[in-house]
Amino acid sequence: MSPGPRRLPVFSAPATGALRYGEPVNTTDHGPEWSLETGGNANVIVLSGDWIAQQGHIPDFPSDGLRQARPGQPLAFRTDGLGRWDTGMIGFLWALKQGAAQAHLDLDTETLPDAARKLLDLLPDRPAPHGPPPRRRFAPLAAIGGSTIDGLTEIGTVTELGIETARGGMASLTGRGRMRLTDLMSNIRDAGPSALVIVSVVNFLVGAILAFVGAVQLRKFAADIYVASLVGIAMVREMSAVMTAIIMAGRTGGAYAARIATMQGNEEIDALTVFGIPVSSYLILPSILSLTATMPFLYLYGSLVGMLGGFAVAISMLSVTGAGYLHQTLNAVALDQFAFGFVKSIFFAILIGLTSCRIGLRAGRSAADVGVAATRAVVVGIVGVIALDAIFAIIATTIGL
Amino acid sequence: MAYPTQGAGRDGTQDDTLMSLRGVTLAFGPKVIQKDISFDIRRGSIFAVMGGSGCGKSTVLKSMIGLLRPAAGDYLVDGDAYWTADAAHREAVSRRFGVLFQSAALWSSLTVGENVALPMQMLTKMDPATIRDQVELKLGLVGMLHTIDQYPSELSGGMKKRAGLARAMALDPDILFFDEPSAGLDPITSARLDDLILNLRDGLGATIVIVSHELPSLFAIADDGIFLDAKTRTPIAHGAPSWLRDHCDEPQVHAFMHRERETESGRTD
Ligand SMILES: Nc1ncnc2c1ncn2[C@@H]1O[C@H](COP(=O)(O)OP(=O)(O)O)[C@@H](O)[C@H]1O
Ligand SMILES: [Mg+2]
Repeated sequence: MSPGPRRLPVFSAPATGALRYGEPVNTTDHGPEWSLETGGNANVIVLSGDWIAQQGHIPDFPSDGLRQARPGQPLAFRTDGLGRWDTGMIGFLWALKQGAAQAHLDLDTETLPDAARKLLDLLPDRPAPHGPPPRRRFAPLAAIGGSTIDGLTEIGTVTELGIETARGGMASLTGRGRMRLTDLMSNIRDAGPSALVIVSVVNFLVGAILAFVGAVQLRKFAADIYVASLVGIAMVREMSAVMTAIIMAGRTGGAYAARIATMQGNEEIDALTVFGIPVSSYLILPSILSLTATMPFLYLYGSLVGMLGGFAVAISMLSVTGAGYLHQTLNAVALDQFAFGFVKSIFFAILIGLTSCRIGLRAGRSAADVGVAATRAVVVGIVGVIALDAIFAIIATTIGL
Repeated sequence: MAYPTQGAGRDGTQDDTLMSLRGVTLAFGPKVIQKDISFDIRRGSIFAVMGGSGCGKSTVLKSMIGLLRPAAGDYLVDGDAYWTADAAHREAVSRRFGVLFQSAALWSSLTVGENVALPMQMLTKMDPATIRDQVELKLGLVGMLHTIDQYPSELSGGMKKRAGLARAMALDPDILFFDEPSAGLDPITSARLDDLILNLRDGLGATIVIVSHELPSLFAIADDGIFLDAKTRTPIAHGAPSWLRDHCDEPQVHAFMHRERETESGRTD
């Protein structure tokens, strides 16, 4: 025989009845009912039936419910027929209490069940008034002006933050190190190697898609081999850098913003501020540095994988040999194209790092604000990357790169 | 002054005053939290900020540690204006502060030991071995040495408070701010904390500003204090908690000091 669980001695009063409030329970099978009896020079509220909130049917106490009551006489209760009850009844009694106060009637709560009286006594005289929500005025000019000013201020703040971070970076370089190497290393680990898989998949597919699109057109002119040039130039000049940046904006930018916004909510940023630990060198600098250290290499890797995707499509669909494809690629893609993409990647990294940290820092302090900050960082990052890429395209065209 | 004040008329020689608030009003946007706060904190004293929940004690602390600029009034540290000074001066003054936040506010991505070490790593030229020793010393003082390699999320509320205390002492500040240090601690640890606070004051010569509800510890350690009223949004009594307990007739203060229910609505627990 197993010994079974050891029982600890229990020192407690015997449990009172089945019901929570310990009153003798009538078993009734009908819903809540009430009435006001005014016979015999007294006001008596008669309560009967089950008053259970979750079963519904709890009546509202009407605002004119006490019109028939005799003035000057206290309101008593009769609860002979009362069955089970819970806070549903208390809600009703609360409304009744307010009605009685308005009609200048005293409430004789002694005649209520003991437990009900105690709960009723806890409640304030009237619920908090909730007025209509403040109306938002529609003022388009003011709104446009306001958001323009906000936008300009924000650009100024981000620039200031960037300068401060750069200054922190210089200080670290000259050995007055205020950035911890461990923070940088862990950030790099998060940003770089763990993004390899998604960067590979996306760039491989983009390369393959470009090859498909090109193949359909170029086959008409028997210019199959130029698929290699198309894929190579497109990947190296534009697609790999932009795709990698978009991936990093979604992955790392969103994570930075969420992390900093959470720190904001936990007063962790306040703690840094009070110590005088600059947020720019403790949080922002490692973030930006880790992105600038990893993104250019992810870009290079992405270009190669993209060309591999194009290669796979070309030799399976077109009359192109592997050696021919390789030769054509090497011919078409000059080294300065790589340099162009490399430099763009660095700028994208700075943009993503700076904006996502800034968005995290200006976030509010609630859980919802963390979500908003992460979303905003991703959106701003993606739009910013594409806009910056357009600017680069214009510059490149102007200087004939 | 208009409200009960201990030692009113004591000749206030200026040189023992470390910090003073002069008619400070604190607000979040249009929402005024406390107005017209004036008090002096003597060097080496333990000053209590008291009042009901939500009356603005943490907010007062926030403005004294440089996180919330007052809407009006002056805040002086060692006779120099704090908020009107330039950022460099404010930063220099803030280096003398050590703060335990109400939520402890430990950096959640760092272990307890790293939390205490970070300010030393970022702001001083101490070598790693010294930092390690200092971290162990400070965690030892608050009885948290065994958690040195744990992350804040693995700690209970009271343990976070104690780790936060160790972090507040990281740079050996001479002005310590504690926001409800003993909330969530068991009575024995709480009594040990009182001793620790007294010893810190005596040993380091620190000045301590403390927000607390623990009446026994307030009576035991605080030499001076201010009582903030939630309803009128302004201080209503000034003096050591034990003096206020025995001499203040203000009903809110009396109720607070004697753990009584108030006669009017509103609670002070
Ligand atoms: N960041 C904030 N924005 C707006 N109101 C705040 C903020 N922080 C605190 N409050 C309000 O200030 C009042 C005082 O808060 P607090 O100083 O935390 O009180 P306590 O005395 O309990 O420490 C509360 O009513 C709170 O709602
Ligand atoms: Mg507080």
